[in-house]
Amino acid sequence: MATLELTINEDVLAGPVARKRQLGPLFWAAIVWMILVFAVAALANVLPLPNPTDMDMLERRAPASALHWLGTDGLGRDELARLIFGARISLVVGLCAPVIGITIGGALGMLAGYFRGRFEHFVVGSMDVLLAFPPLILALAVTAYLGQSILNLTCILGVLGIPAFMRVARAATLTLARREFVIAAQALGATHARILLRELLPNVFLPLLAFFLLGVAVTIVVEGALSFLGLGVPPPISSWGSMIGEGRESLEIAPRLAFLPAITMFLTVLSFNLVGDTLRALTDPRQGAL
Amino acid sequence: MLGFIARRLLYLVPVLIAVSLLTFLIASLLPGDLAYVILGDQATPDKVAALRHDMGLDQPIWLRYIGWLGHVLEGDFGRSFRTGQTVLQAVSERLPVSLELMFLAEIMGLAIGVPLAIACAVRAGSAFDRLMTGSAFAMLSVPAFLSAILLIYLFAVELHWLPATGYVPFDEDAIANLRFFVLPALTLALAEWPGIMRVLRSDMIATLQEDYIALAKAKGLTSSRILFVHALKPSSLTLITITGINIGRLIGGAVIVETIFALPGIGRLLVSAISTRDLIILQGVVLVVAGGFVLMNFIVDMLYAVLDPRIRHGHA
Repeated sequence: MATLELTINEDVLAGPVARKRQLGPLFWAAIVWMILVFAVAALANVLPLPNPTDMDMLERRAPASALHWLGTDGLGRDELARLIFGARISLVVGLCAPVIGITIGGALGMLAGYFRGRFEHFVVGSMDVLLAFPPLILALAVTAYLGQSILNLTCILGVLGIPAFMRVARAATLTLARREFVIAAQALGATHARILLRELLPNVFLPLLAFFLLGVAVTIVVEGALSFLGLGVPPPISSWGSMIGEGRESLEIAPRLAFLPAITMFLTVLSFNLVGDTLRALTDPRQGAL
Repeated sequence: MLGFIARRLLYLVPVLIAVSLLTFLIASLLPGDLAYVILGDQATPDKVAALRHDMGLDQPIWLRYIGWLGHVLEGDFGRSFRTGQTVLQAVSERLPVSLELMFLAEIMGLAIGVPLAIACAVRAGSAFDRLMTGSAFAMLSVPAFLSAILLIYLFAVELHWLPATGYVPFDEDAIANLRFFVLPALTLALAEWPGIMRVLRSDMIATLQEDYIALAKAKGLTSSRILFVHALKPSSLTLITITGINIGRLIGGAVIVETIFALPGIGRLLVSAISTRDLIILQGVVLVVAGGFVLMNFIVDMLYAVLDPRIRHGHA
């Protein structure tokens, strides 16, 4: 399969490469934005916000005011409150789905990379089948059957992430399993479970974590796309994607209704990508490869 | 080479079988009885039982799968119970639209990505290079439906240059057809060029340090000829790989873009099948798309092997 092929150069494990990477201001800006979005989403119930689903037909598409800081949407609902409550959906789905992926995919990948043989063939083969479906198509089809709910959405997006996490974990395990400390542990008579959990897991975990952040970014985008099509979280719950979808209807009158959630989503996805990419570069198991 | 193709073809069989099984299971195991959906308001227990018997829904699932697979292998993907159209008719009507969209998008993506990659590689590390690499990274965070909204706002709402939605068949009015395709294809291309540019740029930087480039310079060839002919040639493999990897995202993106721009392609068919709960069409379209995707990946793998003999001899 030509999809997501990770080439593993098995002979590059030379000595540690001195690599001092400065974490630039962009990295910290991304961290600050992530913390801000997290904090606001977590405190949404405590903050003095209007109810995000309260409609006010007299105040439709009202401009920003003291009462509605970012104005109101096409049904007179407070735009800021909807943005903040939408952040909850994006973050809950965006974080929980990759947790499913990292747990199952990470475990499968480590087992496949460590035990090799038939089991590895089977795992890689089944992942190829999962990868044979364009992800959005599979997500659409399954949510169509299962029904739209946050739980279903999280589960299906989580399953879709398994192959990618499996590949990262397997690639990292393949190279690590031949390192001296693993061979030493084997020589000392350590059990497979001990080697996997105590020797390999701590080393595989960091690259997986970096990939996790990239997974969050992708999941937020896919959730947004599904909600945008009206096939994600059911209304009247607000989600950035559904807000952009609703804002599209009034692009000529009030473009801000589409652009505000769009910018918020872009900044959030960009932050996760930026932090994830920086961490990935720092924790790449192929040390010479950078 | 023949042995290599045979091995890959053999590997394709279990993947395709598993894909069909998964498609069938998604449609069969999940809640929502087809008979109830078809009968709708008129569902009485008797009618449902009769219809289930007629459609063979009361048989064990593995029998139904084998029966369904048999029909599929004969080219019979089933028939929509809403429109009466067969899946094959519906798909073949709409496939050209999606293919045109994806083709134009890939062309535009290459047209933006390749020159930028070359320009950046020539001046690697310069301000221009850093700016474009940064923009490419930022663009990776812009989902298709975001850039679609932006393009519609800019070119349709504000400037009135291009239509926001609609479609005219190519053989009716080629110009109008292309005008309708500009924004959708550009939307997808905006998601494509960063990947193309990033990979090709690092490829090019390595290539430009090769001896034969120095030789070409010494021979006095023009720099455009060196860049576009001599330096680009070894990167053809990379371009094919990226194009192959892009296909999956293009198909997903096409679903969104076709819905936004009201293009009657496969993606629209899928979304409308979902909203009308037309399960037969849905199952058929998912199978056709996934099968096509597997075959495309196979073809890309083959092209790859043709271009790089190391792969077919297993030294990859």
